Amino acid sequence: MVSALFPLIVTRAETRRGGKVLVGPVDLTLEGAGCTVVIGPNGAGKTSLLRLLHGIARCHAGRIEWQVDAAAARRAQSFVFQRPVMLRRSVAQNLAYPLAIRHTPRAEIAARVARWAEAVGLTAMLDRPAPVLSGGEQQKLALARALITEPELVFLDEPCASLDGRATREIEAILTRVAAAGTRLILTTHDMGQARRLADHVVFLHAGRVFETASAARFFDAPATPEARAFLKGDIVE
Amino acid sequence: MIDLWDGVVQALRLVAGLDATLTDIALRSLQVTLSALGIACLIAFPLAALLAVRRFRWRRTVIAVLNALMGLPPVVVGLVVYVLLSRSGPFGVLGLLFTPTAMIIAQVIIIVPLIASIAHQSLRDLWHDYHDLLISMNVTQGQKLRTLMWDARRALLTAALAGFGRGIGEVGAIMIVGGNIDNATRVMTTAIALETGRGDFALALALGFILIVMTVAINLAVHTLGRTEREGRW
Amino acid sequence: MIRLLLAVLVVWSSAASAETLRMAVTTSFHNSGLADVLLPEIADDLGLEVQLLVVGTGQALRLGEAGDVDAILVHSRGAEEAFVAAGYGTHRREIMYNDFVLIGPQDDPAAIAESETATEALTRIAEAQAIFVSRGDDSGTHLKELALWADAGRDPAGFGRWYNAVGAGMGAALNTASGLNAYILSDRASWLSFGNRGDLALLFAGDPVLFNQYAYLPVNPERHPHVAADLARALEDWLVSDRARDLIDGYRMEGEQLFVFNAQSEGDT
Repeated sequence: MVSALFPLIVTRAETRRGGKVLVGPVDLTLEGAGCTVVIGPNGAGKTSLLRLLHGIARCHAGRIEWQVDAAAARRAQSFVFQRPVMLRRSVAQNLAYPLAIRHTPRAEIAARVARWAEAVGLTAMLDRPAPVLSGGEQQKLALARALITEPELVFLDEPCASLDGRATREIEAILTRVAAAGTRLILTTHDMGQARRLADHVVFLHAGRVFETASAARFFDAPATPEARAFLKGDIVE
Repeated sequence: MIDLWDGVVQALRLVAGLDATLTDIALRSLQVTLSALGIACLIAFPLAALLAVRRFRWRRTVIAVLNALMGLPPVVVGLVVYVLLSRSGPFGVLGLLFTPTAMIIAQVIIIVPLIASIAHQSLRDLWHDYHDLLISMNVTQGQKLRTLMWDARRALLTAALAGFGRGIGEVGAIMIVGGNIDNATRVMTTAIALETGRGDFALALALGFILIVMTVAINLAVHTLGRTEREGRW
Repeated sequence: MIRLLLAVLVVWSSAASAETLRMAVTTSFHNSGLADVLLPEIADDLGLEVQLLVVGTGQALRLGEAGDVDAILVHSRGAEEAFVAAGYGTHRREIMYNDFVLIGPQDDPAAIAESETATEALTRIAEAQAIFVSRGDDSGTHLKELALWADAGRDPAGFGRWYNAVGAGMGAALNTASGLNAYILSDRASWLSFGNRGDLALLFAGDPVLFNQYAYLPVNPERHPHVAADLARALEDWLVSDRARDLIDGYRMEGEQLFVFNAQSEGDT
């Protein structure tokens, strides 16, 4: 399945805060299948790029064009934050929330909540308040909540930062499964192992600009820019 | 010297005897303040939520004014409401002066700023947490406000209790607009003022103790029902 | 929405006010306890609930001017006549009188107990510069006090720190006097019902100038069409009746008669 949102064409897009450019100008074209991983050194603007593409950071210059109008594009997307935002409600109510605001019928909500709680292994905790879950449980809940509306595209900002190995493995397994089912993923990570495991394409970002876009195989074998080579080698990139 | 003990003894005697006048006055206190509280919450909560999520030009001014109005002198509110509701005032035709309704109106004006200010602080913090998620989920303005108010319900309950405390203990405004009429607009606080004026400190103190006990009991009941203090987890 | 709310408010408030009459009375009248005797009898005889607003004379007259009460019962002749002359009240009907008394410290440093007249008593207080508490609130009692100072040829504006205008009701002023161990002018009823006397005692009374005439003034329905003029009329008829005379003259507080009924029958209003 190829998402109807794509190709996404980004032309000299830029977002700022307090006059300072967070990321951009960015030129980028993304096709509608697979998993894109955005990598780059700290402060490169990875998070800002995702927020800009998703539309929760304002586009101060340039254009971000989907193949449908902006509102429809946003409805077909969801976003998983690095620090999961838990609604102060039960696990079940967190899962139901994005469906409820779309006026999904009750029976449908109940069915989907049960299915996704099962998928991320939270069935036993449905009645627990979400804010008291462990970090790994919260991130799994956030992921299930992002996927429950069956979006065509999911942004994930460092979904496994600060998680232990087991939780990371569980999250990656879910991501691999939904990607295989045709959901388009765009995620950031600073874990090169995770980038190699998940990526179909790589966007290398440095100092707020895209230095390189390539298939994962090509990028990791033979990075085209000296900055990417240095980054992969583990050198400090300035 | 005023004997506090006399007050306690008299309070116990009044309560034990289920004094009819006392029951009447206590119930009227509750009727007035709870009605005012209900109306004030209906105004203050959405206002506070709106101030938390909307960025409009006069927002900071409105918040500053609300904070300042928390200290609004009840006597002044009473006077203004009095002038408005007087037969010679703009709303005189309604004939509301010296009725419990007038007291409710005055108390609403006194407690709305307090409730809205306290509620605004919690809602603002919650909105700070929720901002990115709710924007990402494309919620409508109405859904945003409802979500914030529902998820901050415990904090809002605390704000409401603060409003209740200010309302039930207030005397300056309701004395003026209610007139402290026996069997019609006399409430606990105005009765206390009356007995103090007569120099009957023991009875005044007794009423005061009963008022305090009533207020504490209601706070405890609400906290128990709302489970506000059960585990500080949310 | 707002209209609905107003409608609800109006319905609720009017439900409570069937066959009731609002009357502004002075603190001194209310403190006498006479109202507790009269009101149940009025309710029995006339089926009328009289709601009392207990305020100072000044505020009582203002309430009448604004049409916020149906009648007033106060004791300040000059102000009452001005009230009627300005058309706020239909007429003034004298009902009864009681008297003012001078209260002060038991050891009476100004020796006012030996005075012949009220003006002499006040002169002694002023000369001794003994601490004095004044209502200072434009109430009937305050106006009376000012008139007495004028009779004594003194002006409170020129008094020193011994003269304290507290701007409060009779009870609060008595509480202040008790705290300061000061002289004060009070109506007899407020003094008798006052529970925090401390070292204070009744030192001077009985000068006819201290008599305190109460009058009943119905609010003019031509000016305020909503007032319950019929009920006010019925109440007036009751207040000047023989039945009221018996109750008023027969009323005792701590064994003392407080009020003397002196209403004239029809035709002199």
